[in-house]
Amino acid sequence: MEGDIVQMGAYIGAGLACTGMGGAAVGVGHVVGNFLSGALRNPSAATGQTATMFIGIAFAEALGIFSFLVALLLMFAV
Amino acid sequence: MAKEEAGNGLVFHPMDQFQIKTLFGDGPVHWYSFTNVTLWMGLTLLAIFALLVLGTSRRAMIPNRIQSVGELAYGFIYRMIEDVAGKDGVRYFPHIMTLFMFIVFSNFLGLLPMAFTTTSHIAVTGVLAMGVFLSVTILGFAKHGLGFLSVFWISSAPLPLRPILALIEVISYFVRPLSHSIRLAGNMMAGHAVIKVFAAFAAVLAISPFAIVAITAIYALEVLVAFIQAYVFAILTCVYLKDALHPHH
Repeated sequence: MEGDIVQMGAYIGAGLACTGMGGAAVGVGHVVGNFLSGALRNPSAATGQTATMFIGIAFAEALGIFSFLVALLLMFAV
Repeated sequence: MAKEEAGNGLVFHPMDQFQIKTLFGDGPVHWYSFTNVTLWMGLTLLAIFALLVLGTSRRAMIPNRIQSVGELAYGFIYRMIEDVAGKDGVRYFPHIMTLFMFIVFSNFLGLLPMAFTTTSHIAVTGVLAMGVFLSVTILGFAKHGLGFLSVFWISSAPLPLRPILALIEVISYFVRPLSHSIRLAGNMMAGHAVIKVFAAFAAVLAISPFAIVAITAIYALEVLVAFIQAYVFAILTCVYLKDALHPHH
């Protein structure tokens, strides 16, 4: 049991790193919500912009992926 | 991952489904051994072949169901490349169509019960993303020479800001294959692990109705995610391709 404090710290850190994914969730929700509010004002312009929305989602998601990556590294690589 | 204390009979093994095993014999996995990854990648290729080659072989004027699905996929990707990468990006249609069809079919086949999801491994998606990254970089230098480096130099920004932006752009350029691959693998892995966790909850009598409804709902969500992640992978490839074809901001 004793001597495992490094592993304990790694697991706690992995759990804390996962909170960063909540930020990605907020970002993706923000992108889609704003797209929807714009699309309901002008539905005819909305269909041409769905690709842009997905690109925005992907870029907002990328930073959450890095926190996931940190969690994976703490779990399996450190 | 293993939970040793199985006192109440509730044992979670949500990550066991991602283990790579040899199918014939039980020796260690060599580079030539036939594993479950090999099997499901082969099935993916067979499914794509059945849809796009066998399905359209009759070339009927009025398409039957399979042929119209194939035509739908073709037109969908073609229009996406035209919209995002522009007219001159259409030359690279075969690469993006191949990537999209491979990813969408391995995602969908992975949703079958007892199946193995090849795209849930970073090794698989990493190869796809590195292929995109390398080919786009080589294409950019081949087309524009050293002028391709102007993708990092944002000429519409104020001059004092440009070196800082250039640094950020360089970092974000080299991080691309990482986020590109982990997005797909992470989404697939997380979705399947969640389904497995709820499947383990279904063994507890008190919450089993809730768990079974939850599995159904999450499965429906996963079908959506399987398509959207393939679409996002393809559309990001188009964005990177556009940067290589038109590096001047």
